[in-house]
Amino acid sequence: MNKSSARKRRPAKTNRRDFYILRLYIAGQTPNSIAAIANLKKICEDKLQRKYRIEVIDLLKKPQLAKGDQIIAIPTLVRRLPPPVKKIIGNLSKTESVIVGLDLQPVR
Amino acid sequence: MPSAKPKVVRSSLTKAPTGIQGLDEVTGGGLPKGRVTLVCGSAGCGKSLFAMEFLVHGAVRYGEPGVCMDFEETEQKLAANVASLGFDLRALAKRKKLLVDFVAIERNQIAESGEYNLEGLFIRLAHAVKAIKAKRVVLDSIEALFSGLTDSTILRAELRRLFHWLEAHKLTAVVTGEAGEQTLTRHGLEEYIADCVISLDHRVTEQISTRRLRVVKYRGTSHGTDEYPFLIDHEGISVVPITSLALAHKSSVDRVSTGIPALDDMMEGKGFFRGSSVLVSGTAGTGKSSLAANFTRAACARGEKCIYFAFEESPSQIIRNMRSVGLNLEPWVKKGLLHIHAMRPTSIGLEAHLASVHKMIEKVRPSVVVIDPITNLVSVSGTYNVKSMLMRLVDFLKVEQITSVFTNLTFAGDPQERTAAAVSSLMDTWIVLRDSKPNGRPRRELYVLKSRGMAHSREPRELLVSSRGLELGNILRDHTVATAVAGQGTITADE
Repeated sequence: MNKSSARKRRPAKTNRRDFYILRLYIAGQTPNSIAAIANLKKICEDKLQRKYRIEVIDLLKKPQLAKGDQIIAIPTLVRRLPPPVKKIIGNLSKTESVIVGLDLQPVR
Repeated sequence: MPSAKPKVVRSSLTKAPTGIQGLDEVTGGGLPKGRVTLVCGSAGCGKSLFAMEFLVHGAVRYGEPGVCMDFEETEQKLAANVASLGFDLRALAKRKKLLVDFVAIERNQIAESGEYNLEGLFIRLAHAVKAIKAKRVVLDSIEALFSGLTDSTILRAELRRLFHWLEAHKLTAVVTGEAGEQTLTRHGLEEYIADCVISLDHRVTEQISTRRLRVVKYRGTSHGTDEYPFLIDHEGISVVPITSLALAHKSSVDRVSTGIPALDDMMEGKGFFRGSSVLVSGTAGTGKSSLAANFTRAACARGEKCIYFAFEESPSQIIRNMRSVGLNLEPWVKKGLLHIHAMRPTSIGLEAHLASVHKMIEKVRPSVVVIDPITNLVSVSGTYNVKSMLMRLVDFLKVEQITSVFTNLTFAGDPQERTAAAVSSLMDTWIVLRDSKPNGRPRRELYVLKSRGMAHSREPRELLVSSRGLELGNILRDHTVATAVAGQGTITADE
């Protein structure tokens, strides 16, 4: 199952629609921020294997970046790619809502 | 700024002036400095404008740069909205006096998963405040957060933290909130704001809209609790303070000529007291406007400024008509001494009239004001409302030492005293004009029904209006005057 699905998705790697760029906004090493990073990594590993890239932005260091993605809540996860842009706020502890929110297609 | 300030109780609380005309008088200096003020009201009541004026005036006049976190309008839209008031947000932004940060909250884009806080908002605000060293902050309208985020427990805790943060950073803030059904704001923001709450209101009665402002609470300061009418025009908001609370204006012993020597003679040879209020009542065509215009001409000839508020005729019509009775007003208009301001009584509400009259007076700073006629205002609103409006106006004029003439049209068959009774108690001098036809020859008659603080003649005289102007004829001995109310001639309320 695992093998066949990996084979199936290999040609899709070049397809940009299947590649996820995720940006996680945090503000310092707060418990919620640390939890969000850990939760996100786990979900991505489970659902996207290597077809993703996570950028973590610490707004305490780069406050000017908050405006661009209209960040108000911390932590906020922004799905930059594939379009459309989607946002999830929270420490991402509710895996199901992250999967639904990011529109991660379950592996068939 | 008017010298007519309501009594202010001294307090240790420092204030941040809003620069909104009239509001700083009502609040004894402005909003509480370094605190959060809530401005609430229904849609279209002027909350955002209030907030922007606070910010722009702060930046321009008081050297306090300001940040606007706008949850509703983009920077471009906001700049366009206030450009009509002569505010150039882009120029201010360039000079680092003002910074607008549009906060978009699109609910359909945002999902929630687990705990969060609003640190992002804090960081943005702190970043903006630091960038221009802001002293003032506007959050308009922060209630948008409630529609974008579902966890109201987190939201409420964060709002509390936000207001604490603002105070901790000594920022004077204005937060706007939409009016709720039972509460001041839909989401109960007033629970978090302890220091100052201002409510704006926009009512429509008989198709005429009136805006009102009320200081609901202002901790540590005495403030008027009345509803103050306010106006929004091309210069922004102006609030009309009610100055009549104290009856403390000083009364002048200065006298001003009525413009008719014989009428001056009827009043100790000196005319009206400066700063007094004069009612001229009479039936149609008895020469009320002419008498008022004659008074303004005399004032202009002394080099004093006058405003003639006309509720019936256009300025050019008044000038033409007065020329026919030998009063040439045009040179004084051209010289800038006489301002004729015409408006339809029904075009705006009574309060708005009061506000615009106030504004003109503040601008021109005249020594004589004519309102011609007050009767038309009754058509806009009831007698009671007119009386309360006139009371405020008369008090304002007295404090400013402006002599005022109010004309009042009475109707044939209507006892003239009754129509004018509602307002006559506010007036220091009451001149009655009327028609009569003794021996079949029509003539105009004038008599001074009352004039506080002076000995005055009560005998009627003929008023002669011709192309040579206004003159008084001999005392009419053959006529009995309505004497029923003529006994109060020398009562002076001000002494």
